Amino acid sequence: MHIAEGFLPPAHAVAWGVASAPFVVHGVRSLTREVREHPESTLLIGASGAFTFVLSALKLPSVTGSCSHPTGTGLGAVLFRPPVMAVLGTITLLFQALLLAHGGLTTLGANVFSMAIVGPWAGYGIYRLLRRFDVPLMVAVFFAAFVADLSTYCVTSVQLALAFPDPSSGFLGALGKFGSIFAVTQIPLAVSEGLLTVLVMRLLVQSSRGELTRLGVFLTKARPRTGATGRADAADAADAADVTGTTDTTGTTDTTGAVAR
Amino acid sequence: MSRNAKINALLLLVVAALAVLPLALGLGDHKKEPFTGSDSEAETAITEIEPDYEPWFSPLYEPPSGEIESALFALQAALGAGVLAYYFGLRRGRRQGELRALADRGGPDAATDTSAPDDSSRDSSGNHSTGRGESVGGGIGSGSGGSGGADASAVRRA
Repeated sequence: MHIAEGFLPPAHAVAWGVASAPFVVHGVRSLTREVREHPESTLLIGASGAFTFVLSALKLPSVTGSCSHPTGTGLGAVLFRPPVMAVLGTITLLFQALLLAHGGLTTLGANVFSMAIVGPWAGYGIYRLLRRFDVPLMVAVFFAAFVADLSTYCVTSVQLALAFPDPSSGFLGALGKFGSIFAVTQIPLAVSEGLLTVLVMRLLVQSSRGELTRLGVFLTKARPRTGATGRADAADAADAADVTGTTDTTGTTDTTGAVAR
Repeated sequence: MSRNAKINALLLLVVAALAVLPLALGLGDHKKEPFTGSDSEAETAITEIEPDYEPWFSPLYEPPSGEIESALFALQAALGAGVLAYYFGLRRGRRQGELRALADRGGPDAATDTSAPDDSSRDSSGNHSTGRGESVGGGIGSGSGGSGGADASAVRRA
């Protein structure tokens, strides 16, 4: 999804930069607030950024006979909400633009917009939606990562089609062309990213349950409110049981959930 | 190998298969240059649509060779993997330390204090927190807190 350096006309480059800037500034604010209020989050934020670092360096072969890479932004979006990922994604893209000549400074705004803004928000949106319908955590996480990955590449296709409409078939023709290069290639990779994100989330559930609870990952409602409704609490308890062990404790929690319900 | 580890291994296996299958099935054979990056394919598509387009800016630094470039990519992956491994190692160590301290003090009751999630402010019903406390204690008591963990969820999904 990296649009190469100099490959967007100046007007487009500036426009995408202007569009991305407020999201990144807002992201920096939410990131510093999160770190100030919950210093214990720092490590997990670092791990989320690290996940993006690893996945966006993994160029994998795909069914179209070309290679592409996942983005890794779904995990952090689910854990810390999308604004934080706007910052972490930008750092990753900057690293690649400066050291690897992958992407570029003039196209940074456009690349940030697709990978660090639209991707995380789309993934987070689908995650919240699925959780609202009581879809199991890991299924929702899979689709969050899948959608974050795929939407990033769709946005890149749109960006390129806007900048380079086909002389005969116009914007839509170009969109089809870039879409077949990016989006189709990306489908199996998005599945891979979904599975890897589920794997990491499973490890997190085992190792950092307390922190995930604080971040509201087990909740099925958008924001933890004081005096939360019985339904949200029950779902919370059910999920806690979901990831704990023995059958008899699951039974206990289920009963509790039923009472609360 | 616990059931939990099997599920994790299976996830990795599917990811590996998804990566290897296109190569094994020769899905790139119809191309002049199989398995190039989609980014460079997009560059080609741009020059097809607009043959006159000239990139108006070039990278400040460009890796002098493919080897250097792959080294830098490996560095990027290694940095990320290192931080991830540090995180999970630290978590595991802390958890084991907590469990050992609890075992020294004895009683799964104490477990609730240290390993129960710190969201007491949100717990509106006493019932609810009791339920979770028990489940945490139970997991530790059976000595399989983590590994038993996602078994239940796996069953539910399967």
